[in-house]
Amino acid sequence: MKVRDILSAFNLELAAGAKGLDREVVDGYCGDLLSDVIANAKSGSVWLTVQAHQNILAVAVLKELAAIVLINGYHPDDATKAKAEEEGIPLLLSISTAYNLAGELFSAGIIRKSG
Amino acid sequence: MSDIIKEFNIKAGDFDHAGEGSMEIRTILKSQGFDTDIVQRVAICAYEAEMNVVMHGGDGRMSMTIDDTGIALEVSDDGPGIDDINLALTEGYTTADEEVQQMGFGAGMGLPNILKNSDHFDIVSQKGRGVCLTMCFWIKEGA
Repeated sequence: MKVRDILSAFNLELAAGAKGLDREVVDGYCGDLLSDVIANAKSGSVWLTVQAHQNILAVAVLKELAAIVLINGYHPDDATKAKAEEEGIPLLLSISTAYNLAGELFSAGIIRKSG
Repeated sequence: MSDIIKEFNIKAGDFDHAGEGSMEIRTILKSQGFDTDIVQRVAICAYEAEMNVVMHGGDGRMSMTIDDTGIALEVSDDGPGIDDINLALTEGYTTADEEVQQMGFGAGMGLPNILKNSDHFDIVSQKGRGVCLTMCFWIKEGA
C-alpha cells in the first residue's frame, strides 16, 4: 500500500511532502519519544505521533520512514511543513487517536509479516 | 578504499538545525554503497550523539572517518560534562529539562541506543570539561 492509498482510505489530510506520496507503507509505529522511534521503528513505517516540530523530519529521514501522521488534530508549524517538503516525506494529519488509527491501519493489513 | 573524513559543527540549543549533520552522514554512507544495516546503525548513533550536544553541550563537533576496516564517529563538546558516566548510561536516566522532554527528547535513551548500535563505544568526560564520544562500526566481509 502506498502513502497516497492511506491518505484517501483513512480520512487523512496532506499537510506537506506530496512528492513522497508514492512511498510504500509496509509497517507502522506509534511513539512520541524520538529516541524510542529512532531505536525501534522499522523502515517503510508510517509513524503516528503528537510531536509536530521540525525535528520529526530528521528522524523520518534517518529511519527511512514512509510518512508521518500527526494524530489527535495536532498541526505542524510552517518550519515543519517546509522541512517535509524539502525531504519529500509526506506529513499527514488525522483527528483520530493513535490507538484508533493504528487499529484501522493494522486491520487494513499494514503489518510487517516477519522480521 | 581511501580514507574519507567529514567534519561538522554542532551548535548547542539549535534545535532548528539539529540532525542535519547526521542526515548528511547517512547520505554519504548511502552514496558509498554501504548496506542498510550499517547505515542505520551509524545514523542512529550520529543522531543521538548530535542531539546530546544540542541538548546538553556547549558547542561541539562531529567527525566521521571511513577506511577499509570501518566507520568511526567522534563527537565532542565544550559543555558541562557528565558527573557520573555509569549513571548517564542507565536507560531512562536524564538531566534534560522539561521543555526539551516535551519535544520528545531527553528520554534517557540516547547513550543506551549508542551502546546497542555501535560495535565499539568509548566515552570520556570530566565535570566542566565537556564530553568526547568515539563510536566505531566494523565493515563486515562482503558488505
